[in-house]
Order: sequence, then structure tokens, then C-alpha cells
Amino acid sequence: MSELTLTLIKLGFLAVLWLFVLSAVSVIRSDIFGARVDSTKTRQPKAAKQPKPGREPRGSPRSVEVTEGPNAGQTVPLDGRPILIGRGSDAALRLDDDYVSTRHARIATNGEQWFVEDLGSTNGTYLGSQRVTSPMPLTVGTPVRVGKTVVELRK
Amino acid sequence: MSALGAGFVPRKRRGAELYLVVLALAVGLGAYVGVGLGVSGDVPADVYTFGGGLALLALLTHAVVRWLAPYADPVLLPLVIALNGLGLAMIYRIDFGLADRGQSVGPFAGPQLTWTAIGVAGFVAVLFIVRDHRRLQTYTYTFGLVAIVLLLLPLLPVLGVEVNGARIWVSLGPLSFQPGEIAKLCLVIFFAGYLVVKREPLALAGRRFIGIDLPRGRDLGPILVAWLLSLGVLVFQRDLGSSLLFFGLFLVLLYVATERAGWLVVGGLLFAAGAYFSYLTFDHVQLRVQGWLDPFSDTDDYFQIIQGQYGMAHGGLLGRGLGQGDPVMTPYSYSDFIAASLGEELGLAGLMAIIVVYALVVERGLRTALVCRDTFGKLVATGLAVSFALQVFVVVGGVTRLIPLTGLTTPFLSYGGSSLVANWAIIALLMRISDQTRRPAPEVRPLESDDATQVVRMR
Repeated sequence: MSELTLTLIKLGFLAVLWLFVLSAVSVIRSDIFGARVDSTKTRQPKAAKQPKPGREPRGSPRSVEVTEGPNAGQTVPLDGRPILIGRGSDAALRLDDDYVSTRHARIATNGEQWFVEDLGSTNGTYLGSQRVTSPMPLTVGTPVRVGKTVVELRK
Repeated sequence: MSALGAGFVPRKRRGAELYLVVLALAVGLGAYVGVGLGVSGDVPADVYTFGGGLALLALLTHAVVRWLAPYADPVLLPLVIALNGLGLAMIYRIDFGLADRGQSVGPFAGPQLTWTAIGVAGFVAVLFIVRDHRRLQTYTYTFGLVAIVLLLLPLLPVLGVEVNGARIWVSLGPLSFQPGEIAKLCLVIFFAGYLVVKREPLALAGRRFIGIDLPRGRDLGPILVAWLLSLGVLVFQRDLGSSLLFFGLFLVLLYVATERAGWLVVGGLLFAAGAYFSYLTFDHVQLRVQGWLDPFSDTDDYFQIIQGQYGMAHGGLLGRGLGQGDPVMTPYSYSDFIAASLGEELGLAGLMAIIVVYALVVERGLRTALVCRDTFGKLVATGLAVSFALQVFVVVGGVTRLIPLTGLTTPFLSYGGSSLVANWAIIALLMRISDQTRRPAPEVRPLESDDATQVVRMR
């Protein structure tokens, strides 16, 4: 085998080796920059929100109302801050219900949706028939039962 | 979490993996054919059985990943296959050289292919058994115990064998293996599981001193234990490389878990003290340091280092070409000094490509750790990637005389069964974590609030 052929084989193999390394790098690169963004799903809602900033979207709750229990009829306005429900004096929605814990539950929003979260109460917080163990999304008019009291979001 | 933001669509990317696996096979088989052409002038006779075996193993791993870990990282497996194939071809080439010189050792290529098959079987087994890496956290202390037992095994009078001054081998009849390689994997899982539980006190308590948060005295316990453990490995097994690896691994994981540079300061001081102490006390450490600083002071003691240096110089920028050099001049050219052998035949250009492949493996491991959602997975992926990086740094740095030479295997390249099996298991675990991380999150269904409970009126 001639010297030239061996040199060509040597350089050819080094080329294959580096081709492999560069291909691996290009796959990594496409992994970082090339992740397909589903434009129809993510872009649309943003574009719709843009023209009227500051105004709340339709259907968002304005207040929390107590519909049943000792404090029935009491309402607390919502301004985007979390609402603490409980028997304690620091609760925004203070209930005189013996079956409600001092710091019973919290209603909070992430800007688009409202959630109810149990704060480790004794008797639990119920949404429908289900006990709330982790933050659960809350819609207008859904009764939330804490102790013997029922509260719901109102427009 | 940023990578999993709103627009991220999980992709399997198995097609890209297949393309890279084929390229990796081209590297491995190309090297094999190149060796045949370089040594004897024609394609080796057993290229079909050997190449077929390697290709079968590579495609098998790919198929298994498609089945068991469809969302795993697409680059990790091809990188490892390329390294393994390249190592096999180099060992095959060294077999020729050893036979030419009439040396009694070898051949090694056949057993190495068998060990590769066993390593691949281990890879499949790990992917099959470990369906969710978080389950491993349950066995934190079991893994710690297993690691200690594995480290102590070579010291037992009947089982342990001393080879070249290091007592790191266990011999069971015809079989012998290095338990330290498997212990490395167990230690990573143990450290990760331990730090997930204990990181808060380790991270939060302590006082500030010249801009560095120093930990409390009573929290120094674990790091002292890790330090003593690695010193024990150094003293009783005379294994410098593993000692460095274990301590470095624990230090990095401690730093990653707590985000406090104070641990690096404490660990660095402990390392410096331990290194100085062992330099003064142990002559085998002095020998290594002397061979690093001035190998030509004793051409008999430091023959291996000198030969390795000459070999790489002989290779130059582009190498002698496969089969054209003379790597067998260096003792242990097929295991500890395989980096020098590759440097001689593939040159700086080839050795750099190999180091970049190692760097990419580490990068993929750390990337997996970054995107991983649970702390345990993060720490395990970091630990595995860092152990890989440390090992390559220690052994290639030693061979190229950047740091004192310590005996560690070059992952996937060196001849050696325990190392191959352990490293395939490490890659399997990394791919399991990355599969868990990259797969789409399960959808959370909003609660249907139609059928509310009846509120029972009690008064």
C-alpha cells in the first residue's frame, strides 16, 4: 500500500471523526434553538389581550360572597390580592363559624384564574364533593364549603 | 424550568439519534478497517463478525431506547458508541503490536467485545428495572452501604489481589473485577439522596467571614467522613485516582446542593492538607509527583510516562495514521495509556475530537440536571456527569503530564470489563433521568364543578 493511499486513509478517518463530532453538536444546537413553538396556541391569547390593557377580561369575579352559614350575605371585594378565609382576626373574610379553623383556606389568583387552597384546616375545604388538598381552579358561582359556611365568587 | 416554558413542545428525536448512531458506527468500523489497512495492507478477515457484532450491539441499544426511554437525550448514546468502537479498534491495533513483539499478554480485542456485550446488557437491564429514577432515593442508605462494602472488598485477605502496587482488584476464580468502578455509581446515588435531605441545614446555617459563607462546625461531619474515606482508599488501596475522584465528587455535589462557595474553600483546604500529608508520608505518592515534575530524572522508574510523551510527540498534529505508529512501546498502552496510543496514531486532531466527545457527554449530563424537575434527579445527573468529567481529566491529564499520573481507566476506551460495565450503567441512568425530564408533563384536567355536594343543614 502506497504512502499516498495511507495518508489519504489517515486524513479521511480524521474527517469522519470530526464529521461525527460536528453532527452531534448540530443535533444539540437544534435541540436548543429548534424546539417547535406551537404558534397557534401560545400567540393568539396574547395578541387578543394586548389592545385593552388594564381592563379585566369579562367573566372575572369582583367579590367573594358568603351564601350560607352564620355570616351569610357578607361580601369581600376582590382586588387581585389573595383572600384569607378563617376564624382568626387577620382573615380578610372572617367567619364566626365554630367549624372553621383560624386560618382555614385561601383564595388567590395567578392573573388569569382564581384558585382555592386549603391551609391545613381541621375540617377541610370542599369543592363539590371533593376535598381540596392542593390548589384547585375556581370559577364564578362554584360553591366552596368551609366548615358550615359556603362561599362563592361573584361578578 | 425556563426550557419547559410555554412554547416548548417535547420531541422524541429518535430519528436524529439513529442518524448519529450510524455515524458513530462509521467511526468505530472505519477505525477498525483503517487498522487492518495500516498494519497488513488489506481489510481484516474478521471484519464481518467483529463489525457485525458492534453494529448489532449499537442498533440493539438504539431499539431498546426507542422502547424503554423514548424521550431520552438523542446525543448521549451515539457519543458513547463512538467512544466504545474507537477503543475497540485501538485495542485491536495494539493486539497486532503485542503479537509482533512476541509479548505474552493479550489478545484483548475479543474479550473487550464480550465485555461490551455485557455492558450493553447492563445498560438494557438498568433501563428496564429503573423505570423512574426517583424510586432510587428510597434506597439511599442501601446504596451507601453497598458502596462501602464494594470499596472494602479488595482489602479482604482471600478475595483481594494486589496488581502493580494498587490493591483494587477482587478475584473470584477465573473472574476478576474492580469493585471501585461500581462503587462510584453507588456513591453518586448515596451522596445525592443524602444531600436532598440534609441540604437545608448545610446551606442555611453558618457565619460570614471575609465575604464567604463558612459552614457551622457541627455540619462539617459529612465532608470529614468523605475526606477520611478517600484518604482511606489512598492509604490502604494505594489508589490515588479513585481517592481524588470520590472526594472531588462529594465536594462538587455539596456545592451544587447548597450553592455555597464556603464548602469549596473548606474542601479545597482539606484536599491541600491531605495531598501534602500523603506526599510527605507515602513514597508511592512522591514517586508520582516526581514523575510528573521531572520524568527524565529516572528513566527506569518513569519509563511509562516518558514513552507516552514520545508516543504523542511521534504522532504530532495529524498522527502517524492507524496502524502506522508504535504505541506498544509504552507499557499498558491498551488500558491506562490508551489516550497516548490514540494520540500517537490519530494525532492532536484525533485526540482533541475524542476530548470534545467526552465534553459533549458531560454537557448532556449537566443539561439533563439543569432541566430536571426534582432535586434528587438533578443531583444524580450532576454527580454522574461530574464523575465522568473528573475521571477523564484525571487520566488524560496524567497521561499528558498536566497533573501527576494516577491510575484510572479512560471511560469506554480503556481495556477493562468492570469499567465498561459501570460506565454503560452510568449512561443508562443518565438516559433514564433525561427521559423522565424531557417527556411531556401529564395534563392537569380542570375540575368539573357541575355536581356540587348537598350542604346538609344541621339546625
